Amino acid sequence: MNRIDETFDKLKKENRKAFIAYVAAGDPSISATSGIVAALESSGADIIELGIPFSDPLADGPTIQKAVERALKAGCTARKVINMVKDIRKKVKVPLVFMTYYNIILHYGIGRFVREASGAGADGVIVPDLPLEEAGELLDEAGKSDFKVILLAAPTTSLSRFRRIASRSGGFIYYVSLTGVTGAREGLPSGIKRQVKALKRITKKPVCVGFGVSTPAQAREVASCADGVIVGSALVRVIEENPKGGKKMLKDLGKLASSLSRAVHGVR
Amino acid sequence: MPKRYKMPDKRGYFGEFGGEYVPETLMPALRELTSAYERIASKTSFKKDLEYYLKEYAGRPTPLYFAQKLTRKLGGGKIYLKREDLLHSGAHKINNTIGQALLAVKMGKTRLIAETGAGQHGVATATVAALFGLECDVYMGTEDIERQNLNVNRMKLMGTRVIPVSSGSCTLKDATNEAIRDWVTNVKNTHYIIGSVVGPHPYPMMVRDFQAVIGREARKQVRKKEGKLPEYLVACVGGGSNSIGLFHPFVDDEEVAFIGVEAAGKGINSGKHAAALMKGGVGVLHGSKSYLLQDADGQVELAHSVSAGLDYPGVGPEHSYYKVSGRARYVSVDDKGAIKGVRLLSETEGIIPALETAHAIQYLTKLAPGTRKSDVIVLCLSGRGDKDMSIIEKFI
Repeated sequence: MNRIDETFDKLKKENRKAFIAYVAAGDPSISATSGIVAALESSGADIIELGIPFSDPLADGPTIQKAVERALKAGCTARKVINMVKDIRKKVKVPLVFMTYYNIILHYGIGRFVREASGAGADGVIVPDLPLEEAGELLDEAGKSDFKVILLAAPTTSLSRFRRIASRSGGFIYYVSLTGVTGAREGLPSGIKRQVKALKRITKKPVCVGFGVSTPAQAREVASCADGVIVGSALVRVIEENPKGGKKMLKDLGKLASSLSRAVHGVR
Repeated sequence: MPKRYKMPDKRGYFGEFGGEYVPETLMPALRELTSAYERIASKTSFKKDLEYYLKEYAGRPTPLYFAQKLTRKLGGGKIYLKREDLLHSGAHKINNTIGQALLAVKMGKTRLIAETGAGQHGVATATVAALFGLECDVYMGTEDIERQNLNVNRMKLMGTRVIPVSSGSCTLKDATNEAIRDWVTNVKNTHYIIGSVVGPHPYPMMVRDFQAVIGREARKQVRKKEGKLPEYLVACVGGGSNSIGLFHPFVDDEEVAFIGVEAAGKGINSGKHAAALMKGGVGVLHGSKSYLLQDADGQVELAHSVSAGLDYPGVGPEHSYYKVSGRARYVSVDDKGAIKGVRLLSETEGIIPALETAHAIQYLTKLAPGTRKSDVIVLCLSGRGDKDMSIIEKFI
C-alpha cells in the first residue's frame, strides 16, 4: 500500500488531520535538504512535499520563486532530488511527495521519472501546470507502480469537474484555497469552509487545502473542514531568513512546523 | 484532392504540439474563452464589428507593395512587402488586440492584461483598452523597458499601467510568467490578451485566426497583381504571430513555400540566440507543448536577440507542427544581420522596419538571388522601426 494512503487511513482512525509541509529541495543547498526533511518529520509533519526546481514556476508567488532560484543556483536537478530521496528514505518514514512543473517530468521521461522516483522511495507527485486533460500519460505511468499523481482543484472548478478530478486523483486532492499563486496571506479566503464541505460531499478521498495558509490560526481553521493542511511559503521563508542554514535554521523551522502541526493535530 | 488543413483538434493540438498546460484555476477560464470564441466570433455581428475597427480604426487593408528597387538590387524574384507597419500603432499586433478586446467586452470582462517584449503588443493592447474603455496592465521586463522606452511612454499616455518585471532574464519570458500569475489571481474580471500564437489553447488558434487577415489580404492582392500565388512567403518568427498570420491562408497551397526566420542573436552556434525551432527541443512552457530552448535538465534557457520582440525561448505550437511536418522551413539571421536588414530596406525603399522584421528582410539577401525572375516573394513587413532608434543609432 502506498504510504500516502496508509497515512490517511491511520489519521482517520485517530480522528486527526494531516499537516503537510512543503520545502524546495536544494534550498539553501543540496546537502541541507535531508536535515530539513528530518526536522519537519520530527516536528510532526505527516507528509512532506519536496519541490523540484523549475526555471519558470508560474503558479508560485515570490517566496517560493526565490527558493527555487536558490535551489537552481545550488545546482539542484530532478536527478539529484531523486537521489536525495534515496538517502532521506533511510531515516524518514512519512510520505514524500514531489512538486514540480511538467517540463521537468517530460524532459526526464515520464516513465523513467515515475520508476526512479518511486524506486527511490517517493510516493507521489503534484504538478501545478498539469490539469486533468493533460495528465493522462503521467496517470497511466504512475498507475503501473502505485505512484500517486495528486491532482489539483481550485475555487473556479465546477462541482461536475471536481467529480472528474477527484475520481482520477491519487492519494488526496489538493484544493487550492484561492484564485492566485502560492504565498502567505493575511487572511483566509472567505467561503473556504463552505467550498471544502461541498467538495467532501462529492468524494471519499481526502481533500487537503493549500495556498495562502501560513499561521497556526489559519491552519487550525482550515483543519476544521479539510482532511489536511498544506503550508509552504511560511516554512520556506524561515529558510530564506537563515541564509547560512545550519542549526539555527533547523531550530526555527522546527519551531514553526511544530506550532503548525500542533494547530492541525489539535482539531478533531 | 489533398485534405484540407483543419488544425488544431478539439483539445488544441497541432499534431503533438499545443494543449492546455495551465494551473487548474485557469481551466474554466480557458473553457469559457474557447466557447465564447466559438460562439461569438463566428457571428455576423462580431465579424462586422471587427471588420469595422480593422478598416476604420487600424487602417486595413494594408498595401501589398512591390519593392522594385530592392528586387532589382537583389537580382531575383519579385519582392512584395505586406505593409503591416502602416497599421495604427505601428505593427501587426493590433489585428489581434482588436479581435480579443471585442471578445473580452462581449464576455463582460472589465480589465485587460498583456505581456510585452518589444512593446508593440503592449502598445496595441493599451490602444484597444483606451478605445473600448477597459482597465489595462501590461507586464514588461526591466531590460525591455530600458531598450524600448518609446513604447513604454506610449502605453502610459494611453492610460495603461506598465508593470516592470525583474525576475529571470527580465525580458518577455518573465513578463509572460507574471501575466499568467496575474491572470490566475484576477481571472474573474480579467481577460489576458496573449500577443502571439503561443500559450494554452485556444490562444494559438484564436490569435492565428485574428492575424490570418494578413494572409487573406495578401492572397487576394498578389493574385490580382501577378495572376498567381507567390512561390515564397517570408516572415520573422519569435512567438510567430505575423508569420502564422501570413502563412495560414496559404496552408493548403502546397506550391507556396513558407520560410520562417528566427533570431540567431550572437550566432546560431553561439548558444546565445532565440532560435527555438532550429536549436530547441520539445517542451512545455506557458501553457503549451512546443519547441523550446532548454538545458539538459529541462530548465528553460534564456533567449538572446537584439530585437526584444524575438527574445523569447519558445515558439507557437503550430510552427512546431509546420516544422515537423515539413510544411515550413526555418532559417535564422543574427543580430548583425538584422541591423544590416534595417539599413538595407531603409536605403533601398525608404522604409524603416522594426528590428524583428529586419531579420526576415536580411534573409532575402540569401534567398532572392537564387530565385527566378518570374518568382514572387511576399514578405510580411510586420512593424515599423521607430521604437528601435535608440538601438539602431549605435550602428549608424
